[in-house]
Amino acid sequence: MHLLEFRNISMHFGGIKAIEDLDMRVKENQIMSIIGPNGAGKTTIFNCITGLTRPVKGSIFFSDVNIVNLQPHEIARLGIARTFQNIRLFKEMSVIDNIIVAQHCRTSSGIIDAVLILRKFRLEERIIREKAMEYLEFVGLYDFANTMSGSLPYGAQRKLEIARALASEPSLILLDEPTAGMNPQETVQVMELIEKIKKLGKTVLLIEHDMKVVMGISEWIVVMDHGVKIAEGIPEDIKNNKLVIEAYLGKEY
Amino acid sequence: MLLQQLINGITLGSVYALIALGYSMVYGILELINFAHGEIYMLGAYFGIIFFGFLTVLGVTNYSIFLSLILTFLLSIMFCSAYGFTIEKIAYKPLRNSTRLSPLISAIGVSIFLQNYVMLTQGATDKVFPNLFGARGFYFLSIRMTYIQLFIIIVSILIMIFLRLFIRRTKIGKAMRAVAQDKTMASLVGINIDTIISITFIIGSALAAVAGLMVAMYYGLVNYFIGYIAGIKAFTAAVLGGIGSIRGAMVGGLLLGLVESLGGSYISGEYKDAYAFVILIIILLVKPGGLFRKAELEKV
Repeated sequence: MHLLEFRNISMHFGGIKAIEDLDMRVKENQIMSIIGPNGAGKTTIFNCITGLTRPVKGSIFFSDVNIVNLQPHEIARLGIARTFQNIRLFKEMSVIDNIIVAQHCRTSSGIIDAVLILRKFRLEERIIREKAMEYLEFVGLYDFANTMSGSLPYGAQRKLEIARALASEPSLILLDEPTAGMNPQETVQVMELIEKIKKLGKTVLLIEHDMKVVMGISEWIVVMDHGVKIAEGIPEDIKNNKLVIEAYLGKEY
Repeated sequence: MLLQQLINGITLGSVYALIALGYSMVYGILELINFAHGEIYMLGAYFGIIFFGFLTVLGVTNYSIFLSLILTFLLSIMFCSAYGFTIEKIAYKPLRNSTRLSPLISAIGVSIFLQNYVMLTQGATDKVFPNLFGARGFYFLSIRMTYIQLFIIIVSILIMIFLRLFIRRTKIGKAMRAVAQDKTMASLVGINIDTIISITFIIGSALAAVAGLMVAMYYGLVNYFIGYIAGIKAFTAAVLGGIGSIRGAMVGGLLLGLVESLGGSYISGEYKDAYAFVILIIILLVKPGGLFRKAELEKV
């Protein structure tokens, strides 16, 4: 079954065609990667899915709902979360508060409950904190719960961003270059983390430049070049695809 | 004498702090200096007079002054919040994606509109708020403190504690902090930015309403122009503490009140209103980020 489906999506910025007539499907509970040279339109795809930019043409179906005209927060509540290439944490909040903020789109206590500090509110707060600690444990940041997130080391900030994305309980999680700037050891950790996320039953859509990561964990790969999909398939096929090699991988492959 | 002026200064400063909080919260979230905020404070004072008068006519004040005051505060808060909410929707929201200067000019427009609106409907002369506490007070360590001063200080402190807990602890408070730090990211974790902005205006306006009503009770006189000077002073207080910072607004307000009160009695009372602006200039020259905010480069 397809969790996400692009139908004929085009996105232009002025005269630049960032995406042109893109059809794309993401299978449920699959790790799928989008690769392509810089400026191929990969991040634009993420921005269209999350509602940050509105495509000029086409529709995007997420669990059979057309999400093209929805607001970012509505899309988030439907179950899509993302991370950014350049980390965007709430830097002046503690690590655990970053998680808690993301959890709130799934909780029910409203302003009246909070003002009255009702029992339901208190109980929910406790459950939220416990749950938040579980997310931190999941990415290996349990001991940093009360640290200011801005002062975490770089690799830990990336992991926190992933944890925060998970905390909004998405069924689809978009990771924009999650291993950028990481050392080989951290990269392996993130690969393991992504596979763990899949085991939770989630679907992962990945933008990645590191071919070891892409070929190592992807079940399906879509190759973009200048806003157009030039190939898709399983890693073995992509490795041997002539067009892809020309456009992107270079002679090494 | 010194202690006496400290008490006066803290009273005044509490009021500045309450208004400054509204400036700071809105700035923190929208990076907009809401020049109409002082007018909300002025409206708070007028609503106080109107509703208290209304309750007097109904005879509620004969029954219980305490109950009438609570009702007056609640009604004034409700109406001011409604004004704040509406102003944001009409004057700022449509301009959210334009240049930073446009909403600022819009804010000045709203401010001028509200002043004239009140002048036309309520008249240009001073209105009187009934003197409920009289000049009654008590002596504490040879300082004389009136009941109304005590009332203002206690209410302000309670509100500030409550606000701080609200922002630190609750879901909406955390969402407000997230929106202040990164609006796009906040929307991507499911926070409705528009709702949070509205709530910010509602809370800010509620605080201004309380401040306005307390000042009406303190001085007894209200006119359509009080929001202007109070607004600018509270703005100074917010800048002094570091605009965008909640703690900064509280401390800035208190400091400004103290400076005015001490300056007024030890230097010259004539220049009472000038001290705020002297402080504003010094802060902008020496520490433009304010006391509680790291000096940041202008966001482009």
